[in-house]
Amino acid sequence: MLTVDGLVKRFGGFTAVNNVSFRVEQGEILGLIGPNGSGKSTIFNMLSGTLTPSAGSILFNGSEIGGHPPHRIINSGIGRTFQIPRPFHRLSIFENVALAGYYGQGSHSRARADEAAERALAMVGLSTDRHASVDGLGAAGLKKLELAKALATGPKLLLADESLGGLDETEMDQAAEMLRKIRDELGITIIWVEHIMGVLMRVVDRVMVLDHGEKISEGLPSAVAGDPRVIEVYLGTDADSSQAAAAEARRPAGV
Amino acid sequence: MNSRNAAWATGLAALIALPFVYREPYHLHLLVLILIWSFAYTSWSIMGRFGLVSLGHGGFMGVGAYVTALLWNHLGVSPWIGIPLSMVAAGALALVVAYPCFRFRITGHYFVLVTLALSGIVLQVITATRDYTGGSLGYTPNRTKGSQLLALQFDDKVTWYLIALFVWVMGLLIWRWVDRSMSRYAMEAISEDEDAAAAAGVNVTAEKLKITLISALMTALAGALYCQYQMFISPDTVSGIAVSLQMVFAVIVGGLYVSLGPTVGAIITILLAEILRIGFGTKAVGWDNLVYGVLLVVFIIFLPKGILGSILDRFKTQPKPSGTP
Ligand SMILES: Nc1ncnc2c1ncn2[C@@H]1O[C@H](COP(=O)(O)OP(=O)(O)OP(=O)(O)O)[C@@H](O)[C@H]1O
Ligand SMILES: [Mg+2]
Repeated sequence: MLTVDGLVKRFGGFTAVNNVSFRVEQGEILGLIGPNGSGKSTIFNMLSGTLTPSAGSILFNGSEIGGHPPHRIINSGIGRTFQIPRPFHRLSIFENVALAGYYGQGSHSRARADEAAERALAMVGLSTDRHASVDGLGAAGLKKLELAKALATGPKLLLADESLGGLDETEMDQAAEMLRKIRDELGITIIWVEHIMGVLMRVVDRVMVLDHGEKISEGLPSAVAGDPRVIEVYLGTDADSSQAAAAEARRPAGV
Repeated sequence: MNSRNAAWATGLAALIALPFVYREPYHLHLLVLILIWSFAYTSWSIMGRFGLVSLGHGGFMGVGAYVTALLWNHLGVSPWIGIPLSMVAAGALALVVAYPCFRFRITGHYFVLVTLALSGIVLQVITATRDYTGGSLGYTPNRTKGSQLLALQFDDKVTWYLIALFVWVMGLLIWRWVDRSMSRYAMEAISEDEDAAAAAGVNVTAEKLKITLISALMTALAGALYCQYQMFISPDTVSGIAVSLQMVFAVIVGGLYVSLGPTVGAIITILLAEILRIGFGTKAVGWDNLVYGVLLVVFIIFLPKGILGSILDRFKTQPKPSGTP
């Protein structure tokens, strides 16, 4: 579904993403992990058109989308969330999502936009009240809204940038369950970004690990969690979570 | 909702009936001016309300007025054709200036400066081609004998009042159409966060161009109407930076986010100018601009929603009278 080859992003002299290649297959959940500043969000920004790649190619369903304007990429079936939620405060929650439903699907039909908004809000568990204000939402609510906006654009591939502390253990579990539900019920392929391995490892089909802009490991969660290079990257900074993740990954799914 | 529509219909009927019962020429003249300028300010606010603060609208008004008058005087083109042509010219100018701005993300203060330059350039062109345009001395469309529909020249104020009223209502309807369209959501989103709007699938450049184009076309029409009504135009009255500033001032005073805000702004600015003119005569030339400047600062600080906006807010937050749910 998605084939990324030799992707590079430089900011001035600094290389944030260096020669990263990977594939995403239809229907899978790919976990993308790595420490702070390893380039995860930058990859998402290139996949969604927010940033133009410095080099490399991005094939989505067989056609090159690298460097295309974001609205075209979104219309072609990629949806994204932002790591730090970026709601539109001047619009109600419903209007935020309806906007994405209207423009994101390229249908430009008001009825279909409202329908998409209702469905997306119900999916993430937010109220479909037309006038409820964004300002009433807490951190978890804003993440849900972010997800609802992405879903309303009718994606085939969802880029979920979830890596943010701020959520407690149960909220993290809920977020993970949500993504699994989105894949299972809507058939949407997902790339899920996190920097803590914990819950992620239980839900994803495969994991890819980034460090300093480079891909250092890729494979099944259990294999990646045991990869010495990955342990090294997470050691000292996040050793506990790495071990926890290895344990999580050995647990049978759904437990 | 229905009672609101009824209020609008009654108000409109009263405005249409007015010149048939009341014909004091000076007052009718003031009303025509208020209607034309209200339309111009409404045109400005169509984009201004989304944070696209243009100081180039004096330029669009100037193009509307001068292109219409020049085509009439030099080529004998009827304003019925000249006005659409002048609107096309202003629209093209708007696209030429706005496209690079939007494409390269020139926003905020930088956008204001670019549009300010546009006003300046149009003014320069008018004065530089003074052999045709009369330069800063102004310009008069050739007069027909008596009223002539084809030349869009009418001696009586009532006809002008009705024309101006019609166009003003059109302006309000366009404002409302934008207000209720998905484009408003898109523009609100864009004004807050362009990247996030784009990630929702909005073609940011195209949406901004669309709203700018609508605004520029309307403003050119306002300029052309002003020209046909006054039968005299000069860079000071219909083009240039002062006119652009006056638009910003009037809209902010009246209210940027309510449909009738620009109209309230026009009433205030025009009455203010008239009072200064009558009260102080030629001594007060230019005073209105000074007063505008001071009031503008005061309003931005203390009443950012404008007079009408603040009044309506007051009504909304007031507890509803008992008896109604
Ligand atoms: N627009 C930009 N200009 C300059 N540098 C940038 C820009 N965006 C990101 N960077 C840098 O690129 C690197 C990768 O950032 P990125 O946001 O992709 O990391 P991340 O893996 O998402 O980290 P986190 O887990 O903290 O979200 C960082 O060093 C960051 O400072
Ligand atoms: Mg990030």
